Amino acid sequence: MISLAETILRGDRLALARLLTQVENDTADGRAALDALFPHTGKAYLIGVTGAPGTGKSSLVNQLALHFRKQNQRVAIVAVDPSSPFTGGAVLGDRVRMKDLSGDQGVFIRSMASRGSIGGLARATANVVQVFDAAGYEIIMIETVGAGQSEVDIAKLAHTTLVVEAPGLGDDIQAIKAGILEIADIIVVNKADRPGIENTEKALKTMLELAHPTQRVFMHHGALTPALLPMGEGKKVRDDETNIWIPPLQRTIATDGKGIDELAQHIAKHGEYLRLSGDWAIRERARLESELDAALQSALMNQFRERVSEDQYNKIMDQVFERSLSPSEAVKALMNGKTSPQPSPTRRGRKN
Amino acid sequence: MSDKKIRVLVAKPGLDGHDRGAKVVARALRDAGMEVIYTGLRQTPEMIAEAALQEDVDVVGLSILSGAHMALAPRIMDLLKANGQTNVKVFIGGIVPDEDIPRLMEMGITGVYGPGASTEDIVKDIKNAVK
Repeated sequence: MISLAETILRGDRLALARLLTQVENDTADGRAALDALFPHTGKAYLIGVTGAPGTGKSSLVNQLALHFRKQNQRVAIVAVDPSSPFTGGAVLGDRVRMKDLSGDQGVFIRSMASRGSIGGLARATANVVQVFDAAGYEIIMIETVGAGQSEVDIAKLAHTTLVVEAPGLGDDIQAIKAGILEIADIIVVNKADRPGIENTEKALKTMLELAHPTQRVFMHHGALTPALLPMGEGKKVRDDETNIWIPPLQRTIATDGKGIDELAQHIAKHGEYLRLSGDWAIRERARLESELDAALQSALMNQFRERVSEDQYNKIMDQVFERSLSPSEAVKALMNGKTSPQPSPTRRGRKN
Repeated sequence: MSDKKIRVLVAKPGLDGHDRGAKVVARALRDAGMEVIYTGLRQTPEMIAEAALQEDVDVVGLSILSGAHMALAPRIMDLLKANGQTNVKVFIGGIVPDEDIPRLMEMGITGVYGPGASTEDIVKDIKNAVK
């Protein structure tokens, strides 16, 4: 009898698709396969693509995948879209922009619903990525839900994070995008044929300079960063003395592929930088640590659920609802396994 | 903590360019708590079968208004079978003459819905079919 994990390693696509479902649903089979596959992971290059809804993330992923396919690399795409907070249902529409990739056996696209997770990815995204990694996909692109300010989980997962912007998102772009811009290894200004591209680019550059005052160092190395670069020439890449990465800014038009080759070069340079600077190992460790933390959290939660009955939980919850117990007192009571703890003096006083 | 969702691929094979109906159904399935993978217009049977495989869906919903259902449906059924996805339920919505429906059912199509079909019925039938 061949295990699920073994069939994946042999390249069975249907088995792969089914395992992804098991992993997404966090079943016992899925977890066992993840354990078996784990030693085979750590080889893929993970590229995160995030940005506001409608900036062109899916189209960009489509173009990048075509580019990597020309280099004969196998590409997996994990595209996350939001679940409804009310029904749990979802419409996953990223494939609509990725029709060019259909019919190519070297590309595997998987759509995921966020299933209540708020960091821009689904809870199981990291595990799904791990399965693709073990299955031998050299490039894995992870597209987040349309993100605003704080959906920054992707930076923990990916080696290289692209933040996609587009003209016309408003003058307050600096203020709004501060959170997400910080995680950018490369900033992509997509829809570069649209009016307002100069303003958007200028705003982003100002933002970058504020965040990276050390950029001035580049000037000592010669004319590497002219003030305004024409399309296709992103900003520079690494500084040997300080060994820091300055996120380059790349204009693209994803619908017709303009700027994609240059963007891919930036990605390659960032990969090289990660390896040379030692950041690769640091990021790997941070990523595995956050995966370990997440697994630990869910295991502790499960353990807790086994220990505390639904009934017990509801009794405490009733007290919180009546305002006779604060949420943090309720937590203490639940952790101690007591159903009716001594209310604190102040609470008692208020009750009387 | 298992979290099983019904996954549905909604696709429009063939050349007609009207996807209002497909979008209405996609939205209704979403509201019924399903995860709908929407692939858009002008899909070939090969594209649909490949997407169904990669997404490991339980259900494929085809919107066909062009009258080409008797050519497209058997092709898609064959490809799904060839990929090993014999358990996937296939539904068709669109313009299908009554006399074609028995033949489609014989091919293994689970349900056929014409204009005026209620989305509630579709949701109910899908839930029953994947049980």
